[in-house]
Amino acid sequence: MSAMATATPQGHIEVENFSLSYETIDGLVDAVTNTHIHVKPGEFVSIVGPSGCGKSTFLNAVAGFLKPTTGTITVDGERVSGPSAERGMVFQQYSLFPWKTVRENVEFGLKMRGMPRSQRERAARTLLGLAGLEAFEKHYPEKLSGGMKQRVGIVRALATGPKVLLLDEPFGALDAQTRVIMQQILTNMWQRLKISVLFVTHDIDEAIFLSDRVYCMTARPGSIKAEIPIPLERPRQQSVMMSSEFLALRRGLMSLIREESLKAMGGEINDLGMQGLNIELHGHSLVEVL
Amino acid sequence: MPAAAAVTESMSAPVTAPTAPPSFGAPAGRWYRLNQNRLRATAIGVISLAAFLLVWHLLTTYRVVFFVRFTNVPSPLAVYASFTKAIHDPKFLLHILLSCRRIFIGFSLAAIVGVPLGLIMGRFKLVHEAVFPVAEVLRPIPAIAWVPMAIMLWPTNEQSIVFITFLGSFFPILVNTLHGMSLVDPVLVRAAQCLGARERSIFREVYFPASLPHIFTGLTIGMGVAWVSLIAAEMISGQYGIGYFTWEAYSLVQYADIALGMIAIGVLGLGSSLLIRGAGQLVMPWRAK
Repeated sequence: MSAMATATPQGHIEVENFSLSYETIDGLVDAVTNTHIHVKPGEFVSIVGPSGCGKSTFLNAVAGFLKPTTGTITVDGERVSGPSAERGMVFQQYSLFPWKTVRENVEFGLKMRGMPRSQRERAARTLLGLAGLEAFEKHYPEKLSGGMKQRVGIVRALATGPKVLLLDEPFGALDAQTRVIMQQILTNMWQRLKISVLFVTHDIDEAIFLSDRVYCMTARPGSIKAEIPIPLERPRQQSVMMSSEFLALRRGLMSLIREESLKAMGGEINDLGMQGLNIELHGHSLVEVL
Repeated sequence: MPAAAAVTESMSAPVTAPTAPPSFGAPAGRWYRLNQNRLRATAIGVISLAAFLLVWHLLTTYRVVFFVRFTNVPSPLAVYASFTKAIHDPKFLLHILLSCRRIFIGFSLAAIVGVPLGLIMGRFKLVHEAVFPVAEVLRPIPAIAWVPMAIMLWPTNEQSIVFITFLGSFFPILVNTLHGMSLVDPVLVRAAQCLGARERSIFREVYFPASLPHIFTGLTIGMGVAWVSLIAAEMISGQYGIGYFTWEAYSLVQYADIALGMIAIGVLGLGSSLLIRGAGQLVMPWRAK
């Protein structure tokens, strides 16, 4: 609501010199190092990277669940110090409250804000209508399909009118067809609400199809390896994924990621390989040699 | 309505006609097919109960002695006779009433203390660290072992029996509530936090409902142990109560009353756990199948 009233667009994310490490028995382990990113108001930005590169850790820090070891995260100039309804989040595991009906889930953020019951019921119904879920408002989440659950998850995160929407591999658990439809729904909602989106995924096609800009992360410890603008025209149809422009972007990102994935896995493979080569059994059993 | 029924019947006819009994109407036939398993379970249950009664009857009328001696064991008919007499006896009803009251007070106190304590221990580490060791030391002591101590602690017999009942149900309730709290999905807590929920709301809207299934497991187990503890306490130190009634029957050589007391305890125990299950279904509609 306030976003509509003010002249300056909101939801400007600025992350500077970010790093996050945690302590283990072997000492400090870096999850993410020296990362700079920004999301302009109303922009759709994705972060892709090999699995385990720390992109989810990074998103959790933007959400306010984790404190950066160094660096700062600001939204519209205000420093992030903890989770807040200003930054809506959508989780891979849907994370709907099983004990609340679909509508009660959507109402939750408004209830926390102290909105009276009748008012928030009306708001929730409107939002569910936009997502094509009005017929399911009284269902419990358990009864819904994965795609429906995640639509509820997105609507729930948007209900409070956040400045920023953070999505952590939201479609990772869905089948391919459902994923495509969900991408379309998300795009429609984003265009209608003009909200800033930070989207984490390991799916390169998804990142290109959805985003204005894609950040590619390195293998652990994660940092930004490249920043790729996606100049594809909007609105985008599914057919854009066959265009030569899309395929060229895809090839570029693919090779960047493959390099990092190999780096991430290479260490393990080589170490194992070396061990295998150095052990000579000479007719003894492995246990005897060791 | 008849038209619709005819349509569905004709549509389902090719598939189901051979199995559906022809005398049933379509809805009755469908009801039968959908509830077949439950009907079968009920029928077998009734048959097995009847068989149990029959075996009991035969063993007692022929006074079988085969390792176990059925010489003095009352027959089902004798028990039934003493049951018809007992339900007109205000003293018997008083026994039952008093036992139920002790269960109600002891169990309710255990739930009122155990559930909030478990929730708080699950949420605040310091409380957990402080209370848990004491609870772990006291927990393995059977409620019956508390009888002498309870008689010393409390001024009246009534209070000590309620105390024993409380102790019996308290630990299962506490432990299961704690367990439920430890299993709360942290992602749900995060989801609530980034929807603007503060500590108090998270407790009420996430931790509590998420723990409810385990709380009810605790209440069900607690209710069972409450009856065990109550009967033991009544047998040792009571002057009233169904446990005392059963023990007294033995002392007074009223053998049929022994079985009557046992059956009454069984029925009361079953009834109270059904009550808890029903309450659980009311409180947790999302778990209804």
